[in-house]
Amino acid sequence: MVKEIAGSLREYKRPSIATPILVTFEVLMEVLIPFVIAILVNRIQEGAGLDVILKYGAVLIAMAAASLVFGVCSGAACASASSGLAKNLRKDMFYKIQTYSFQNIDKFNVPSLITRMTTDVTNVQNAYMLLIRIVVRSPLMLIFSFIMAFVMGGSLAWVFVAVVPLLAVGLIIIVVKTIPLFRRAFKKYDKLNNSVQENVKAAREVKSYVREDYEQQKFGAASHDLRMDFKKAERILAFNSPIMQFCLYVVMIVVLSFGSYLIIDSTGLDLGVGELSSMLTYGFMMLNSLMMLSMAFTMITMAGESGRRIVEVLAEESSLKNPEAPVYEIKDGSIDFEDVSFKYSATAERNALSDINLHIKSGETIGIIGGTGSSKSTLVQLISRLYDVTEGCVKVGGVDVREYDMEALRNAVAMVLQKNVLFSGTIAENLRWGNKDATDDEIKEAAHLACADEFIERFPDKYDTYIEQGGANVSGGQKQRLCIARALLKKPKILILDDSTSAVDTHTDAKIRKAMREYIPATTKIIIAQRTASVEDADRIIVMDGGTINDIGTHAELLKRNAIYREVYTSQNKEGHDLED
Amino acid sequence: MKTKKKGVLLRLLKTIHSFYPVLLPVAIACITLTAIVGAIPTIFMQRVIANITTALENGTPWSEASGPILTDLYILIAMYVISIITGTIYYQLMAIITQGSLEKLRDKMFNGMQKLPIKFFDTTGHGDIMSYYTNDIDTLRQLISQTCPQILISGITILSVFIIMIYYCLWLTLVVLAGAAVMLIVTKRIGFGSARYFVKQQQVIGEEEGYIEEMLTGQKVIKTFCHEEEAEAGFDAVNDRLYDASRRANRYANMLAPALFNIGNVLYVVLAVVGGIFLIPELNVINVSISGMALSISVVVPFLNMAKQFTGNINQVSQQVNSVVMGLAGTARVFDLIDRPPEVDEGYVTLVRAREENGEIAECAERTGMWAWKHPHQADGSVTYTKLQGDVRLFDVDFEYEEGKPVLHNITLYAKPGQKVAFVGATGAGKTTITNLLNRFYDIADGKIRYDGININKIKKADLRRSLGMVLQDTNLFTGTVMENIRYGKLDATDEDCIAAAKLAGADDFITRLPDGYNTFITGNGANLSQGQRQLLSIARAAVADPPVMILDEATSSIDTRTEAIVQRGMDALMKGRTVFVIAHRLSTVKNSDVIIVLDHGRIIERGTHEQLLEQKGQYYQLYTGAFELE
Repeated sequence: MVKEIAGSLREYKRPSIATPILVTFEVLMEVLIPFVIAILVNRIQEGAGLDVILKYGAVLIAMAAASLVFGVCSGAACASASSGLAKNLRKDMFYKIQTYSFQNIDKFNVPSLITRMTTDVTNVQNAYMLLIRIVVRSPLMLIFSFIMAFVMGGSLAWVFVAVVPLLAVGLIIIVVKTIPLFRRAFKKYDKLNNSVQENVKAAREVKSYVREDYEQQKFGAASHDLRMDFKKAERILAFNSPIMQFCLYVVMIVVLSFGSYLIIDSTGLDLGVGELSSMLTYGFMMLNSLMMLSMAFTMITMAGESGRRIVEVLAEESSLKNPEAPVYEIKDGSIDFEDVSFKYSATAERNALSDINLHIKSGETIGIIGGTGSSKSTLVQLISRLYDVTEGCVKVGGVDVREYDMEALRNAVAMVLQKNVLFSGTIAENLRWGNKDATDDEIKEAAHLACADEFIERFPDKYDTYIEQGGANVSGGQKQRLCIARALLKKPKILILDDSTSAVDTHTDAKIRKAMREYIPATTKIIIAQRTASVEDADRIIVMDGGTINDIGTHAELLKRNAIYREVYTSQNKEGHDLED
Repeated sequence: MKTKKKGVLLRLLKTIHSFYPVLLPVAIACITLTAIVGAIPTIFMQRVIANITTALENGTPWSEASGPILTDLYILIAMYVISIITGTIYYQLMAIITQGSLEKLRDKMFNGMQKLPIKFFDTTGHGDIMSYYTNDIDTLRQLISQTCPQILISGITILSVFIIMIYYCLWLTLVVLAGAAVMLIVTKRIGFGSARYFVKQQQVIGEEEGYIEEMLTGQKVIKTFCHEEEAEAGFDAVNDRLYDASRRANRYANMLAPALFNIGNVLYVVLAVVGGIFLIPELNVINVSISGMALSISVVVPFLNMAKQFTGNINQVSQQVNSVVMGLAGTARVFDLIDRPPEVDEGYVTLVRAREENGEIAECAERTGMWAWKHPHQADGSVTYTKLQGDVRLFDVDFEYEEGKPVLHNITLYAKPGQKVAFVGATGAGKTTITNLLNRFYDIADGKIRYDGININKIKKADLRRSLGMVLQDTNLFTGTVMENIRYGKLDATDEDCIAAAKLAGADDFITRLPDGYNTFITGNGANLSQGQRQLLSIARAAVADPPVMILDEATSSIDTRTEAIVQRGMDALMKGRTVFVIAHRLSTVKNSDVIIVLDHGRIIERGTHEQLLEQKGQYYQLYTGAFELE
């Protein structure tokens, strides 16, 4: 895990290395300052004059200045390194997701990916900041302080050797005891938040079933449970400070008593008064650094879970790979399914598609009809290789789709997805997704073919009308027509409309189909529809049922011989058809 | 702004005090004691050092000098023992108080939120609501458990040390104060610079989240259009801005500690120099102090140490600037949520179980399958009972969500018990709004709605809603088993009741095919179910509740026509004998209604049965023949 995350450091390796080095100098200065202070105090004690004080004062100010510079620089380097790591982690995740196939995308849900890219990255960023600063600083502080204490106090410094392990053991016990508790508590915390989210989303259900009390009870129980876990963990953690205090006080008393004995007994030769107070300072520094270390350790361990979740995204390999010697040229719009079977995952029990054999000539118009779960969408998604077949093969222009360059293939096979999405930006910008170099005239032509121009022209800003996120400010029918225009701009060899005119009125629907027939006759058109009216004039209609092809034929043929088709047709025509909006 | 923040802190203290009337004062006493006991040892340490110095000057041997030194050390030990005891108590108490207060505040927020009108949920972003329970509570935890005690301790220490400093020498104290002033200025500059960028960082994170959400939601479209590079470029732009804000915020934050530490060092040197000047005998500086001591080395040296303690504590307080700013903002938000006025309910007509006795309706405790409205009359204190039947009438109803933007005009309609009323019209025509008024999610602006002849404003909201079943287009399920989700409709329903309801709704078929049948665990709002399956569950949930009036708002929109034929039977069974309001764009669902109401821009433009409307050859006819698109 550490290796994968460190891999995202790249250009921030330099500040990452600079930080510990600068911290080392900073610590060195911080440790030397009490040393000089001790000498100064001794000199004052000895009745030194102003000149001596000024001399040492100058040295001290120079050291303080150096310490400040190192401190500020290490802080800045650390900020760059950790913010940079966070930036690269987010970037790497986003870029990685861009390489995902549909199958990979299905695996993660959007909110979870967002949490990984925000909260989890922030946790890792903070942990990294601690790692390159505190985790370097504390042991150095410990060692340097001990050396200085030894230099100044000689044998008196051994008291630290006795106390430090005591504190260390205490802190380690606390860390070991609290980490699993915190882990458990944080999981419960996530669950609690999840239930709040459900409650908020389902506010209408809660209110209309009058379940407020029930929800309060549910929340109250979870909230109490969480408090108990956190309380337990924090009460253990709360022993950190008293243990620290205890050790500090032991050091103080021992240093003061033995120190005073030493000073008086040796008449100030073995130890001076200045050294005595500096010893206390060093003692404090050592114990404090241990405490910081244990805190940093706890926080870094807790960030481990976040790190794992990030690496999960980074390590996910796209299930589709471009072939080694890809074919870039798509000859025509013919499509062949040869003994195709497909499962969404290797562990799935049931095939989503079985034994599909289908041959579509270039320029043909094919309609597909079938109930929910009959795998209509799955079938067409194999054509532009959004998923790979499990068995058999799909050919476009006579070549297996797995031999094409994926981008070339997808540019030749335009697909209007059932769950189509517009992005925030102007209408023209959205349409240019199909072809970023499209001229204004080309855009207008595509909009005209999709019958979108009539309403676009009615907007005050026409093609510069701003579309809100997800196309919230246009109606369902308008959205669908814009999506069709966007796909048309690709000038594809194959155009697939997956239930893309369901919200368009029948009249316009017919107009769009007519335009396609007349203006792009060479393009193979595949139309998945709920309404039989949308496919009636297709060259052939495929009836899908339970992942297999139930029948293929023209409208008239199917009406005569196919029960499913007839059932759909009658339900829509005798009883009236949809009033979709 | 400042007074408001003070108010927040005070209110937080009062609130915690009301949770822990005994423990909080004890904790504060312990904190104070810890701080004072922590400051006093300085005096004794100075006395020890002074004794050592005198002993050194006079050449007194250890055996003689040890007496007073050891006495002071014993006092020190006693102080330390007290400090550890009070410290331990205070840390334990704070852990208890913090977690307890957080639970209580969380519960207060949640319980208060359950009582808020639906408008709150409709108009507040869900991310924003979640933030109360996550970010704001987190900042509060920091504030209660660490920041406040730390500031209290440092404050008391600073005060004690200040007094001790005056005890020794006023002049040097003034020097220290000057240094402290510099530290405060630096804190203000750096601390607030850092706070500013942290705020900016939060804001850019929000923007980045928005971008990621939009792109990932449309990820499949990006793939089919090979638009990955453009998506990446857009991401880089916002990601770089986030990096910039984050780097600046952290740089400022990291700068504060070394800056203050070294100002402390410089102050130390200045003090030493000033002290050195004072000690020059020729100058003959007269000391001003509480102790009345003359200026001497035994004043200057301890003073240096105290100055260190003083600046060290100021440094400690300064480090808290960020958490204070963020903590108070979080606290203010938490109180803001708690303070929101709950949904007003002045209803007094309640729903009770009833039975018929000699043609009269009487209240009873046992289940009779019959319900009645219990209507106490304030005028004469009498109580009348009206049988619950499901007769709903709207008279000249007007409504607006926002002032000056009316959504419904003069809506008059009635539904007799057992009738089916369908609403047809474009998005925004006001179909869903009417149903929102029936169960009083929103209150009408003008007109009257009567339920079984009773003005719905007089009915207790909970009872009104219990008598109305709702199935919505966007089904929300809860984490739990399929069975639990169905039982949500009626908490005391048996497993058999739930299964029967599922069968009625036509959901039994797919449920039994799930890996664990009715015990299949649902997470993430039923992420592993199709939209159609979720709608079926939601219909089953309404069926188990068995209300006399049902509102079906696009309840079958995601069920394909073939499956719907199966569901339709269940739906018909479900609707039988109930008053039903149905909103649907599928004519097969609407067709057999007793009355179809065509809405346009909040007005009823046509009404009648299917046949009547077709004859009229108006809007409905056009919709029906597909010649018209709903926009």
